[in-house]
Order: sequence, then structure tokens, then C-alpha cells
Amino acid sequence: MALSGMRGLSVFISDVRNCQNKEQERVRVDKELANIRTRFKNQRGLTPYEKKKYVWKMLYIYMLGYDVDFGHMETVALISAPKYAEKQVGYIVTSCLLNENHDFLRLVINTVRNDIIGRNETFQCLALTMVGNVGGREFSESLAPDVQKLLVSNTCRPLVRKKAALCLLRLYRKNPDVVNVEGWSQQMVQLLDERDLGVLTAVMSLLVALVASNPDGYWSCLPKCVHILERLTRNQDILQEYTYYGIPSPWLQVKTMRVLQYFPVVEDPNVRRGLFDVLQRILVGTDVVKNVNKNNASHAVLFEAIALVMHLDADKEMMSQCVALLGKFVAVREPNIRYLGLENMTRMLLVADVNESIKKHQAHIISSLKDPDISIRRRSLDLLYGMCDISNAKDIVEELLQYLTTADFGIREELALKAAILAEKFAPNLAWYVEVILQLIEKAGDFVSDDIWYRVVQFVTNNDDLQAFAAAKARDYLDKPAVHETMVKVAGYLLGEYSHLLARRPGCSPKEVFHIIHDKFPTVTTPTKALLLSAYVKILMHSQPPDQELQAQVDEVFKRCESFIDAEVQQRAVEYIILSHKGPSMVDIMAEMPKFPERQSALIKRAEDAEGEPTEMSATKLRQRQNSMALVVADPGSANGGLPPPSEQLALPEPPPPAPEPAAPAAPAAPQSAYANGTNKAPAPASTNGDLLGDLLAPLALEAPPISTPSPLTQSADPGEPLALALYDQQNQIKPIGSIEDWFRALSLKDSGVLYEDPYIQIGIKSEWREAQAKMVLFLGNKHTVPLVNIRVLILPAPHLKMQFSRVPDTIPPRAQVQVPVEVTCLSASRETAVLDFSYTISTLPVNVKLRLPTLMNKIFQAAPVSASDFVAHWRAIAGPPTKLQEVVRGVRPMPVSDMGDLFNSLHIGVAPGLDPNVNNIVAATTFFSQAGATLCLVRVETDPSDRTQMRLTVASQDPNVTYEVKEFIKEQVIDIPFARTPAPTPSPAVMGLTGPAAVLAGLI
Amino acid sequence: MNCSVTGKTPIIIGWRIHFVLLISRQGKVRLTKWYSPYSQKERTKVIRELSGMILSRGPKLCNFIEWRGLKVVYKRYASLYFCMCVDTEDNELETLEIIHHYVEILDRYFGNVCELDLIFNFHKAYYILDEVLIAGELQESSKKSVARVIAAQDTLIDNAKEQANSLSNMIAQATK
Repeated sequence: MALSGMRGLSVFISDVRNCQNKEQERVRVDKELANIRTRFKNQRGLTPYEKKKYVWKMLYIYMLGYDVDFGHMETVALISAPKYAEKQVGYIVTSCLLNENHDFLRLVINTVRNDIIGRNETFQCLALTMVGNVGGREFSESLAPDVQKLLVSNTCRPLVRKKAALCLLRLYRKNPDVVNVEGWSQQMVQLLDERDLGVLTAVMSLLVALVASNPDGYWSCLPKCVHILERLTRNQDILQEYTYYGIPSPWLQVKTMRVLQYFPVVEDPNVRRGLFDVLQRILVGTDVVKNVNKNNASHAVLFEAIALVMHLDADKEMMSQCVALLGKFVAVREPNIRYLGLENMTRMLLVADVNESIKKHQAHIISSLKDPDISIRRRSLDLLYGMCDISNAKDIVEELLQYLTTADFGIREELALKAAILAEKFAPNLAWYVEVILQLIEKAGDFVSDDIWYRVVQFVTNNDDLQAFAAAKARDYLDKPAVHETMVKVAGYLLGEYSHLLARRPGCSPKEVFHIIHDKFPTVTTPTKALLLSAYVKILMHSQPPDQELQAQVDEVFKRCESFIDAEVQQRAVEYIILSHKGPSMVDIMAEMPKFPERQSALIKRAEDAEGEPTEMSATKLRQRQNSMALVVADPGSANGGLPPPSEQLALPEPPPPAPEPAAPAAPAAPQSAYANGTNKAPAPASTNGDLLGDLLAPLALEAPPISTPSPLTQSADPGEPLALALYDQQNQIKPIGSIEDWFRALSLKDSGVLYEDPYIQIGIKSEWREAQAKMVLFLGNKHTVPLVNIRVLILPAPHLKMQFSRVPDTIPPRAQVQVPVEVTCLSASRETAVLDFSYTISTLPVNVKLRLPTLMNKIFQAAPVSASDFVAHWRAIAGPPTKLQEVVRGVRPMPVSDMGDLFNSLHIGVAPGLDPNVNNIVAATTFFSQAGATLCLVRVETDPSDRTQMRLTVASQDPNVTYEVKEFIKEQVIDIPFARTPAPTPSPAVMGLTGPAAVLAGLI
Repeated sequence: MNCSVTGKTPIIIGWRIHFVLLISRQGKVRLTKWYSPYSQKERTKVIRELSGMILSRGPKLCNFIEWRGLKVVYKRYASLYFCMCVDTEDNELETLEIIHHYVEILDRYFGNVCELDLIFNFHKAYYILDEVLIAGELQESSKKSVARVIAAQDTLIDNAKEQANSLSNMIAQATK
């Protein structure tokens, strides 16, 4: 056993080790910390040896997990010491204790720089290592050129140069500009000729990062990389010390193949052929050997080769060779190889049409689902999910269900969700689907979100031949002991609607069904209780001839609930008692639910949203995005994973009420609250006194045809609709007859059109833009036969707009139209829009809507035709931030480059085709006008053909504000805004995505 | 999306290794090295979470665990677990062999390395690691080359010690 070479340190470590428990350890550590603190206070008496010793002790204590909140200064100060021994301690401990954001690092920048440019090689190494490990923007800005010099120097030894390469890589990650040096890519090409494999490995790491963010400029590195790979795989003049278990530097091989995966294509046929030769050799020549390390190393290379083959879009033969290899791997015992086999098969599904050949290995993949290792089970689950299609869905889903009973908690949620999605996507028939979901609820009810069982109800309602089957199944499940509440809900609903179809079967008489459901009543939560009450009244209605005994029992339940603490349950109980004694007229009111309109499953929609995330993601982003897809479904508020919708601060007051209303009344005459099967929070006009029906019908007695004013219930009937809209229902009974968001979107590209329309009024808009000014006219048309009164038009302008309009009359006569001219002047660039706050009253019913006016930036744009030379000259003239801004935009709505060009043109941002030689890029120019004058604005978009969800956007203009606003505006146009996809029938989405006082105001109301 | 975006977002391409951890079977930390910026709080949390996950894994399972959208490659050598955290797209086996490469270098340096060597010479474990990895990237794949550098460093330190014992130390003691 070697001791540390520092007696005090060794003694301290032994002391800590000898502590019997955590408490003793803490006492010992605290004592030491106190000692160090006092010693550091009177610095003068400290010898260099003591300083070193104390700093090492601090690191040791820190490593044990204790806070060390002092002594950083002393540590950093050691870096400036003249002797190697102290410097070394200073550098090493600094890089362990501090991270890049620490202020103390600033203090030593000068010393570090002196060490880097100085002549002492050992000091250079220490400094480069520390900077490489800590990084940081300040280091990046002040040290990059010096580090670069060391890397390309002819006089430095490999020892220094390899450290310089990795140090530069770290600085590059912090600030990509460090390699924006004339001729840098040429330097990289030369560096690839390096003979020292240590330096070459480091250079290759740097190249991976450079090429990954932008392959342009590094194309001439490509043949060199292929050459290096050839040299390595043929084992040509590779020093013995660079072979690892007989394999020529597996790490360098892997890195080189990584670089090649970041070039979109390999065009040169000779290079391509050479590369395929190498790959072929790796695919064929990798054998399983006894030595673990050799095996790992050769398979590391093999898996990287497979990844490269996938990337290169190789011919069918080579692909099937890869699939065959992976097939072999998923069947082996060795867990690492099996894990990687499963992982790479899943990746392969994404790039190639190999589904059929992968299916051959289904049995092995399924058996991995039962592996004791959760890592392997996860991979297997992912792969099964990816490879599932209509032909094997039955097998796979049934396997998943079976596994669900034994699966550990960590994976259950994901498993349940995946099973549900697959069952829905690929169901061979609906009966099977219903059966699967019921099983799912039975086995993992906690993880089955409401969305899933709503979907079952929707299917059953829409398919007559399914109804008896589903009701019978539901009844069977209720017989089992310990029924999950979700099962009670779905069974309650289904039996309420359809149990009469079973009436002749044994054990399914109305009375029996009622009892079996009611057994669960005491144990379920309030919303479920409300649902069950509805089921009872339905069962009662269906019992023909009327069963007096059942009537009495049900009445008793209702009576007991008449004073229930929850208002919803109470109201239902009261209403149902009255209704259930209405005799035959009850049948009309309690009629069966009508069919649902066909819609895409909310579940699949959300799962797709979640999958749409970019695959190349930074580590930090990934860390934020821990929520699995399952969570995404469970909480509509975070439906898009890591991206919180911007509306959070604005429009939506709080997460939507718990559950949507899955049912709509059959006849328009039915009162909204009379039959409510879910946990309806929609504001049914609740007047239970006197003539119930008469009161409730009052609002419907208006002249407007009921079809055009869909009741609030049908509006929120779809489980997938955002539910926050219920808030609107409470304020307003009048609905727009279309989507405000859609109208607005159309107007953002057109100059005239409908801004808003409901059964009584239509608001049209027409605008004419001339540079920074516009004449806008609002057309308020009364569609109705009674006058609209209390007309109020307010425009909440955005701060960058000056808007003037004349007075608006108080009343609009029947079938008349009023025009409101508005003068708009744009003062400065901003993405905000003005908001029209409009209200009127119809038959004492006040209506208020807030509508975004299409005063968008693109209206003020004028496409600017520029020649290539003009563009380049302007582009160069604008140096960097804040007048030239660049950003990597993620979450872009995937579209071909040509479509994006069309989009830009439609926004009056003139695309200059052919100006950029790279077909994946777009350059465009536009002129923005404001009161201050015209500003030419240049735009460059670089898309990534392998990942259409991200792009790099650069905007340049003379005005920093214009640059910023244009950049943000373009971002808004290309990013997929989650809520914009669902057409929303209320005004709240219209003000989403806005900022500024007007919007906040609008959002608050 | 609309929140203030100042300056440009740097393009972060896979930090190779985010951090290195050495944990004993009893859950004691023997070495930590963070290449991605983690705050003190995060560091403590990461160690707690991971040691729980890794120590509870059985012997015949694979060497990878998926954790918080990242992947941890680990291997047990006698009483010590060596762990490295990488991105999900990274090559797991390659990382596994980086671990082994480091262990072999330690083994050569200490001669049959054991946990106690690393406890009492944790500082050496640190500076040897610095010769193997920088910025989370493999720096040197030749064991010989690393050994040469470490030997040279040790000589420098020994020289310094001798000097210290002779001259400056005496002066320092005298002027106390």
C-alpha cells in the first residue's frame, strides 16, 4: 500500500476511514475544516508544502460530499506559484472544485495565459489541461488564439499539441467563433496528416465537434478520414503501443467513423468505394473472442460501422448484412452485446425499410422483455414499440400486457402507454381493442389516463355491433375483486348506456347490473360518483317494463345524494329524481348518446408531438426533458415535453378542469345538465326550481338556428380538445362559428377577410399597407333581425404602433353594416400585434371578444431583390451581435427546403434562389419600413437534411432591434406551436403567443 | 419561445463524457471529475442517485444504465465501481474500454492497484486521469505514453520536495 507521500494528509485520511459512523466522520471533517480555515487566515506562516497539503485535504473533503465554501482563493493562488509541485496542485484542485461559472477563475486568466504562451512545457500542459476541463466563456475569449497556435506549431511536442487540440475543442463548445479564423479548415486538413496517433486522436475529437455543427468547409477532410480508417483497419504502420488488445486504436477508429456520419453524403465514387471496402471488412471480420476487452473493443468498432452504414444509405445487401448481425446479437447471452443489438435495431428502424427482416427476430426480442436487467427490458420495449405494425400488433400487445403484471414500477407507466398506443394504432378489430384496454385498466389502472378510456367510450358509441360485447366485458370485470376506479368509470358508463342490450343474459337484469355497480359506489371518488348517478338513471330508464323495486332503490340513492357535499353530485341527484318520475318523456331526455365525430386519437396525437422532438439534443436539454411520453399524456399542460407553451404566463388562467365531457345531449331540447355523464364543469344554467325544462330552454329559444350555436357541451365533447376553454363557457354563451385562430392565420397572409363571426355578427377586415403606414377598415355586420346594442370597439395598440380610428355608433341596426376606418403607423420593429377588444349585447346577453389584428411584421416587409454581390457585401459589412444574430432553432415544423422558401416568399421575405450553393440553405432579403425609414434585412437559413426539426438562422440588418425582431418573427413562423394545431373555438387562443401590455391585459380578462 | 433570447446559443455537440465517478461498494466516493458544468447541488444529487442505482445492480447484467436521458457506463473492479456518463448516442463499448484503459494505467502505476492505493493517493488518481481524459475526450490511448508523462511529473515533484526540505523550508521555519 502506497501512502500519499504527505504525512498529514495520510493521517487525516486514516482518521476519516477509522470513523465508526457518519456522525464521527462529520466531527472529524469539521475539525479539519476549522483547522484549515485558521491556517489559511494567517497565510504568512504557511510553507508551500503546507499549502499543498491543505488544498489536497480540501479536495478530499469535498469529494466525500461536504461543502467546502472557503479556500478557493488559496487554491487558485497556487496556480501562480513558481514551482511545478505547487502549480500542479493549484491547477488540479481548481479544475475539480470550481466549474466554469466561478468568479475566481477570472483572477487567474493572466497567469494561465502566461503559462500557455511561456516556454515551460510542463506548465503549458497543466494550463491546457485545466482550461480544457473547466472551459468557460472568458477563457474561451482570451485564450483561443494562443491554444490554436500551440496546436499547429511545428516546434511543440505531441504531448502539448494533443492537449491543445482538446482544449480548443472545449473552448469551441463554449463559443463556436473560436475557429472562425481564415484558413482554419485548411489547418484541420493538414492536422489529419499527423503521424503521432495521440495527437491524431485528439484532433479527431475536435473534428467531430466541428463537422457535427457544420460540415461545410471541412469537405476536404473527408477523404483523409477515409484514408486514416483504411490505414487503421489494415493495421498499416501503427505503433505497437497504439494497439489495444491487438486492435489498432479502436478509439480512433470509432471517432473517425463518427466524423464521417456528420457529412451528409460521400460523393466521390473512389472515396465511397474505399469506405465501403473498409466497412465490409469490419462487418465480416469481427469475431467473438474469449478476451472480454478485445471483444468489447472490436464490437465498439463494429457497432460504429453499423451506424455509419445506416447513415450512408448503403445498398440493400449491406443493410441486410447489418440486420443479420444485429439479429445474431439480440440472441446472444452476453448482456452488453444484446443490449446494443436491441438499441441499434431500434435505430435501424428509423432509417431503413427493414421492418420485415427485423420481424424474424421477434421471438428473441420478446424474450428480452423478460430479462432480469431493466436496461435490456427498456431497449426491448422500445424496439417492440418501433417494429409493431398491423401484422404483429396482436402478439406484441398481448406480450406487453402479460409483462405488465410482473413489470417493475419504473417501467410500468411507459409500458401501459405504449401498449395503449399500439393497440389503437394497429388494432385488427375494435373488439380486440376494447378488450385490450379493459385488460390494461385492470392491470395498470393507475397509469391509464382518462384519454384512453374516453377513446374506448367513443369507439363503442360509434360502433353498434360493439356495444353489447363491450357492456358484457365491462360487467365481467366488475365481478372481479379489487376493481380499479378507472374500471368503475368505464364500466359504469358502458353499462349505463348499453346494459339493456344484455338484459336477457343471466345476471344482467337491470337490477343486478345496478347492484353490481352500486357496490363500488361507497369507495369511489366524487367525480366517479356523479358519473355513476347518470348510469343509474339510464339503467332505470331502460328497464322495460318499469321495475318498481328498482325505481325505489335508485330513488333512495338519489335521495341520499340530494344533500351531498359536492355540488355536482347533489345537482345530478336532485335533477334525476325529478326526471325519473317524468315517465315516457324521460326516454327522450335520457336517450342514447349520439355518435361522436371521427377524430384523430388524442393519445396518438400527443405521442406524435412528443416524438417530434429533435433527436440531436444537447445534454442539458435532455436532462431537462426527463419526462417520458407517458407523462406527456397524463398532463395536457406539458403536452410538448420540454417546451412549455408560451401561453403559460398569458392566456390560460390555470390547468384545465379535470375531465372533459364525453357526452352530448341527444336532442337540442335536452337541458345541458340533465344528462351529464362525466365530471362536467361546464356551466349548465343550473336552475332546479320550478319548471326546469322551461327555464333551461330559454336561451335556446332565440331565433338563431341551434346548429350554428353548438352548445358548450358538444364543443368540449372531444377528449382531445384543450379543456381550458370551459372558462369561456362560463362568461359567454355565444360561440364563434369557426376558429378565430384560423381566421387570423389566413389574414396574416391576406389583406382582407373575416376576422370573427358568430351567429349575430360578422367582423371583416381590409387593410392596405404602404411602407410603414396602413389604412385598415373594420366591417361590422349585423347578421340578425334585431339590433345589436352597446357596441364597443377598443383597440389596444402595441407600443410600436400608432393607431387612430373614429367613433363607432352604439347600435347596429338589423342586417346593417358599419365601417370603422383605422389609421396605422408603424414606429419600430416588433412582433406584437394590436388587439381589438369588441363587445356588444344581443337580447341582454353581453358578448365580449378579444381579437388579434393582423398588424404583423410581414405586412410591412417588402421583398428586396438583391444580387449575389450585393448580398455578400452587405452581409460582410454587418459584423456580429447585436446587428447580426445567429441562433440554432429547434422544434422546427419539418418541411422541405422548397416549402420553407415558399413560406418566406409568402411573408414577403424574398428568397434569392441559387445564391447559396448549398441546396439545404436559404438566403433571403427584405426591407422593413418604420417611421424611421427603411432597413434592409438579410436572412440566412441553414437546414440539416438529416434532421428537419432544427435549423440555424442568421439575421443581419443595420438596426439591432430590427435584427432581433425579424429573427424572432421568423422563428415564430417556422416553429411548430403546439396549441395552434388544435382549432380552438374561443378567443383565448387568439391572444396566445403575444407579449406586451395589450396582450397581458387581454389575457387577464 | 418568446422569452428573451440574448446573444446566440452555442451549438453544443455531445460532450463526450459528462463526468467520471469512482464509488466503492459501500457507496463511498473515491473520485469525481465533472466535465460538464454541474453546480455543487447537482453534483451531490447525481452521486446519490447513481450510487443507489448502480450498487443495487446484480453481477450479470449489462454495463449500461439509462438515467435522466443520458447513459451511464460502469464497470466493477474488485470493490470499486468506475462510472462514466455519456450521451445516449455515444458508443457505449468504446466508453467501457476507456474505463478499462484507465484502470490498466492505474494498475501499472501502482502495481496491482487496490482501493487503498486510490484512497491514500487520490491526488495521483486525479492527475493520472488528467493524462487520459481532457474535456471528457480521450486524450491518449497509449499506456506507455501516459506512463512516461506521469513518471516525468513524479520526478519534478520529488525534486521540488528535496529542494523544499533543504533550503526554503529551513528559511520558512526560521522566519516564522
